[in-house]
Amino acid sequence: MKPRKPNAISRRSFIKGAGAVAAAAGLVHVRPASADEKPLPPGVIEKLGPEATTIELNINGKPATLAIEPRVTLLRALREHLGLTGTKLVCDRGACGACTVHLDGKPVTSCMVLAIDARGHQVNTIEGLGTPSNMHPVQAAFVEDDAQQCGFCTPGMVMSVAAVLEKNPTATTDEIKHATAGNTCRCGTYPHVFAAALKAVKPGRATKDV
Amino acid sequence: MSRRVTLNLGFQGNTRDVTVTIPDDEPTPWQWGDRLSVVGKPAPRVDGPLKATGTARYTYDIELPGMLYGAILRSPWPHARIRGFDLSAAQHLAGVRAVLALDDREIRFAGQEVAAVAAISSDIAADALKLIKVDYEQLPFVVDMDSAAKDSAPRVFGSGSNIGKVKHSSVGDVPKGLEIATSTIEATYTTPVQTHVCLETHGAVASFNPAGDQLTVWCSTQGVFSVRDDLAVYFSLPPDSVRVICEYLGGGFGSKFGATPEMVVAARLSKATGVPVKVMLPRADEHRSTGNRPNSEQKVKMGVDRDGKLTAIDLVTRGSGGIGGGAGSAGPFGSIYRCANFRVEESNIYTNAGPSSPMRAPGWPQGCFALELAMDEMARKAGIDRLEFRRRNSDNPVRAAEYDIGARAFGWAEKNEAAKTSGPIKRGVGVASAEWHAVGVSGPEAQVIAHRDGSVEVRVGTQDIGTGTRTVLAIVAAEELGLPVDRVKSEIGDTRFLFSVPSGGSLSAPSNSPAVRQAAAHLKDKLFRIAAPILGAQPNDLETAEQTIRMRTNPSRAISFNDVCKRIPGDSISAQGERVPNYDGFRTDQAGCQFAEVEVDTETGIVRVTHVVAVHDAGRIVDPLTARSQVNGGILMGIGFALFEDRRMDPQLGIMVNPTMDDYKLLGALDVPQIDVTFFEVANGITNTGVMGLGEVSHVASTAAVACAVYDAIGVPVRSLPMTPDRVLAALGHA
Repeated sequence: MKPRKPNAISRRSFIKGAGAVAAAAGLVHVRPASADEKPLPPGVIEKLGPEATTIELNINGKPATLAIEPRVTLLRALREHLGLTGTKLVCDRGACGACTVHLDGKPVTSCMVLAIDARGHQVNTIEGLGTPSNMHPVQAAFVEDDAQQCGFCTPGMVMSVAAVLEKNPTATTDEIKHATAGNTCRCGTYPHVFAAALKAVKPGRATKDV
Repeated sequence: MSRRVTLNLGFQGNTRDVTVTIPDDEPTPWQWGDRLSVVGKPAPRVDGPLKATGTARYTYDIELPGMLYGAILRSPWPHARIRGFDLSAAQHLAGVRAVLALDDREIRFAGQEVAAVAAISSDIAADALKLIKVDYEQLPFVVDMDSAAKDSAPRVFGSGSNIGKVKHSSVGDVPKGLEIATSTIEATYTTPVQTHVCLETHGAVASFNPAGDQLTVWCSTQGVFSVRDDLAVYFSLPPDSVRVICEYLGGGFGSKFGATPEMVVAARLSKATGVPVKVMLPRADEHRSTGNRPNSEQKVKMGVDRDGKLTAIDLVTRGSGGIGGGAGSAGPFGSIYRCANFRVEESNIYTNAGPSSPMRAPGWPQGCFALELAMDEMARKAGIDRLEFRRRNSDNPVRAAEYDIGARAFGWAEKNEAAKTSGPIKRGVGVASAEWHAVGVSGPEAQVIAHRDGSVEVRVGTQDIGTGTRTVLAIVAAEELGLPVDRVKSEIGDTRFLFSVPSGGSLSAPSNSPAVRQAAAHLKDKLFRIAAPILGAQPNDLETAEQTIRMRTNPSRAISFNDVCKRIPGDSISAQGERVPNYDGFRTDQAGCQFAEVEVDTETGIVRVTHVVAVHDAGRIVDPLTARSQVNGGILMGIGFALFEDRRMDPQLGIMVNPTMDDYKLLGALDVPQIDVTFFEVANGITNTGVMGLGEVSHVASTAAVACAVYDAIGVPVRSLPMTPDRVLAALGHA
């Protein structure tokens, strides 16, 4: 698993699973049905939900406005509310990395982040990285070295590799392995992922299994 | 109607002439030494950019206007009878559009489908499931194989026995073979239930037209036509009233054939609501309910004579695929090595667990693990070198050559002889043999279309499960038409295209590529008829090469492919091709071998695989790049099976306790060894392309090679998978 989750994660499964149950102390208060006009309890800075609330997110450098219930994850907000289906849901508990996006440049599993907690942060998705006709160097290397089979883990894998190379442009094979340790590929494409990542590190490096 | 052609077939240093009869309109099969221009050259997969950018559209990504989200309620009990339902609370929840009680009132495993809902959001659908009340009469159950096989066990299927029909087969005289042996072994090997863990779960988007007589289904499937046929029967529709589409799917591994329950549920909900309905399974349901590789318990007896020849193999094997069958593991025992006296007893034990489904070479990885570890135990006892023992008992010349190549690439001689170090980390090496028969089947038809702008399209109703089918078909058409691969577009995954077979059992490349080649050849004939008058030649004198159509005897008399296409009278010109039955070619078996090196920490029991060398025959390799991806994947899935994967059932509760992707352990990036793949090219002449599939054969021997290497490292066999640290320590007597 990746040691790279924002603080919001610990609350996510609690709120997401519980529906209309009061949230952990601090950020979010789920409104009881009859509590409309009461003053906020001490320590609670905001009231949201359980009904849909309009929020604004910054996705791939552009503002996006959407009405969502507080229990909706960032992953589902991207997919079901914003039509950005490149990010995949696979395990729904932060174990497989298929839903990896960049939150302020850091790779996070978007199934473990509530959309409301992504407010005020820069969210970058696979769609923001490159397009088929204008691919990011990591995406181009993935194609050239065939770092994909069924392709379902690929967006998350690309996002993890792009993040580590952004931070560490001279990453070694070992560092790349660690960066993708939270990304599961059931087709077993890992050797080509490592080769592609190394190629993206140093363009022109010969293709080689690692 | 047909003609006889003599083909030079075989492999480096071992070719022979074989005469076959082929239909008149069939291109002459590629032979040994044929120089091809794009076939055999590494090519990035044609849909790579769509996948790498998240643009490829999977079933899971389909969103239609007005679409509802479906969800399935599953039984929490492993065995029960449903006395009744109360659906009213769910029906009255705002946003719910349909609630469905499913027909089957007899529950036989925890996770079986019970009811379904359709709602305006997936959250509301999930909320509605919680409001459905089901009155269950709980019944006694059994989930472990040993208990299920006892007379006193609760019955999974009414009064019938939990022990399926025992299959016997026998060649020669096994007791006599054991008697004449100079050395014998007897051991029991076990493998766990493995689940497929497709990253894209099973699911579908189904859309009935308002009249309810036309159904369109987007689904994650390995067989669009088999889904179509199943749904047509289920809904009593003519097959051509059902259209099934699968452009991309996120893994199948054998679990996605035919119409599965979630597809039927999606279609029923669509029929009930009059709008499209999407049902994609949650991860836990995928683990519990959509299939698995049955476990195995394999009792092996083996005997060998003074010359190191096998005198007897006796296998009693049983396994449980829950409420499903298919637990046999005898395949490799009767196939890889020659033994005159061979006996098998195979049976399925039924338990109250999710049904099995085919998984990557069904039965073979389990069987190969037991066979090859037994071979090593036998060799050690008889004092024979392990690789030599295998050579002596295999009569396959392809495998003999592969052993040489693999042993050299791996450094077998020195690694096998290396003295064990005195520290806690022990290194070991192992070798195992693979086999499959990926010669493909007749049935598929292909269409190849040339457009006026010079672009070419291939259309076949096959699907790409990640193996690179699109790419392989584009390459084959490009070869025949003398074009670069990027001029050809492959359109697949739609029952509107011509028929093809399901993608499983390594069928896709060998079944579809010959149909595409024949179609491209027929198209070429039509283009020759357009080009001939321009070149002042007869159509029969022409050939395609380097994006031109030219005279065979005078290549400078040429016209560009594009210029010919500009003279197409309409918008396009197309031709069809048919996959004819296999010819009697060189050989139909498909040998391979894999060498593995491991490090075992004898203090912690942790096994690490450090290096794998794989040598495989896949006939003619169309694209070495995507082919290597497949072999890497087969090996890594095999290492996962050897070391990590294990579906665990709670015997008290009758449920799967690890239906997640963290508790169900999968191999990850840090577990990946160095892998070196060599393709051993064989011109087999079985079809016009001679292509074989690679998905199964690359996976058959991987687990076995690792198990043999662990045995070599620690000097005792670990006969139960997965080889977890506790089992390794127990084998070492440290438990």
